[in-house]
Amino acid sequence: MRRAETSSPPAAGRFPAFSVAGRAGASFKPQHLEAILADPGAIGFLEVHAENYMGAGGPPHAALARLRAERPLSLHGVCMSIGGLEPLDRAHLARFADLVARYEPALVSEHLAWSTHDDVFLNDLLPLPYTDATLARVCDHIDAVQTAIGRPMLLENPSTYVLFAESTWRETDFLREVVRRTGCGLLLDVNNVFVSATNHGFSAAAYLADFPLAHVGEIHLAGHARDADENGVAFLIDSHDAPVADPVWALYETVVAQRGAVPTLVEWDSAVPDWPVLMAEAAAAEAILARKGGRVAQEPRHAARA
Amino acid sequence: MPHAPDPGGAAAAWPRAFRTAVLDPGAPAPAGLHGCAGSPAGRRFDVYRNNVVHSLTTALAEIFPAVERLVGAANFGVLARAFVRAHPPRSPLLFAYGEAFADFLARYEPVRALVYLPDVARIERAWLDAYHAADAEPLPGAALAALAPDRLAGSRFRPHPATRLVRSRYAAASIVLANRGTPPPAGGRIRAGEAEAALVTRPALTVTLAPLCPAEGAFFAALLAGRTLQAAAGTAAEEDAAFDLAGAIRRLVDSGAFAALRTDADGEREETTP
Repeated sequence: MRRAETSSPPAAGRFPAFSVAGRAGASFKPQHLEAILADPGAIGFLEVHAENYMGAGGPPHAALARLRAERPLSLHGVCMSIGGLEPLDRAHLARFADLVARYEPALVSEHLAWSTHDDVFLNDLLPLPYTDATLARVCDHIDAVQTAIGRPMLLENPSTYVLFAESTWRETDFLREVVRRTGCGLLLDVNNVFVSATNHGFSAAAYLADFPLAHVGEIHLAGHARDADENGVAFLIDSHDAPVADPVWALYETVVAQRGAVPTLVEWDSAVPDWPVLMAEAAAAEAILARKGGRVAQEPRHAARA
Repeated sequence: MPHAPDPGGAAAAWPRAFRTAVLDPGAPAPAGLHGCAGSPAGRRFDVYRNNVVHSLTTALAEIFPAVERLVGAANFGVLARAFVRAHPPRSPLLFAYGEAFADFLARYEPVRALVYLPDVARIERAWLDAYHAADAEPLPGAALAALAPDRLAGSRFRPHPATRLVRSRYAAASIVLANRGTPPPAGGRIRAGEAEAALVTRPALTVTLAPLCPAEGAFFAALLAGRTLQAAAGTAAEEDAAFDLAGAIRRLVDSGAFAALRTDADGEREETTP
């Protein structure tokens, strides 16, 4: 399978090529715009969901252009349906590529998940079985994305609530093979690892020990919520509506100590707090990067820019 | 993209089974799924069901806040869930969701008494379309002021990309404003049965919504359809002999609803500035 061509920074970019090395960032929410602009440099980078910026114009693009002029951006797609069986939506892929060209993001990522089938968009990151057939589809789709954007992308590990009886690959092996076949990098969501490990009764530490850390170009942290199934067994929901939990911070420290200071993003998408609360979470992550990272992590091959 | 045909049989059944079960609250979790240590997928599968339905109904509430306020949050939840199941999104662009919501409301029996509700939804849909529309400079007032009266009469106007007009038999525009945080006009009690048109646009970064009387609505509808100023004025005067043409021309400029004008003398060439 073809590797994505090596990308190089644009010769005449519209925006400065800020670095995300060793920095922590946060999800961008429009209600935080003025607070962020009032304190330039405080936050290492901002991450936006690509789909929110696929309109033609208006306030979303005006805000994003102002933010990008002062700091690096991470463009995080949530609707590409890379894990789906159907071919990618060509129009959606073109819109995604347009955003990459327009905003020159330092990081570009998408999910190992699906959301569209039979032309119905379900607006959630739905799980897929890990089989030879789904592996081939996922690699085809990542090839298509990387060809469209002209650079490698990062693929995020999912949080899941159910498992497929038909799966024949372990998730870590599946991801490792995707990286090998496509040349993409990985976005390691440590909260997702903790949520899935709790939900499926495996060791998060063992999962991380088996994770292809050398290919990680970004880390995600987020809060989760608790629930219980019909047997009274507790499980976790990847809710992004709370501070990062202590066990997730502990796993994160271990990963950073092992992998180095990988750019790290704190996600908060629901019950969003005032900016200082989110900023403090990012500052806590950046302190760990400085303390445990030892060195700025080597970028995975081609997976990040700037 | 070269794709082999879907592998048939059970191996390819999971997306469709998932999609069907996620949108049907009475359906069991799809076969072939399990929770922890072989436990049933039941409550854990419900997380996906809740995520899908909750995120989509939340998106509808954000797009249609006046509709939600008019029917109440609990009722809105019920009708939004019914809408999501009948009309799941066909595009990953959620800000474009709900094109069919107004027509759905018109046929949805529990809210039939709120006769203006579908037009309220049409205006709110137009509001978000305007929010995301392409940027463009509005027509400068000087462009009109510089024209001789006869050339002005023959002028046609190119709409700003954000401009939408919703004509209603009800005071739907005033109802939207009153239910999206705009204080009611002084001493003004909204008469829901009075017809209005809603002029929605976004000359810079703020969406504006202006209620128009029916004659002015006819005037703007004619202009947006590409008719000349003179023809639009004639249409409006047929609607109401007391139509205020000068006021309507002022709004034509001040609203920023148009991006360019073309006089007959210009032929097909457009001019945006005099």
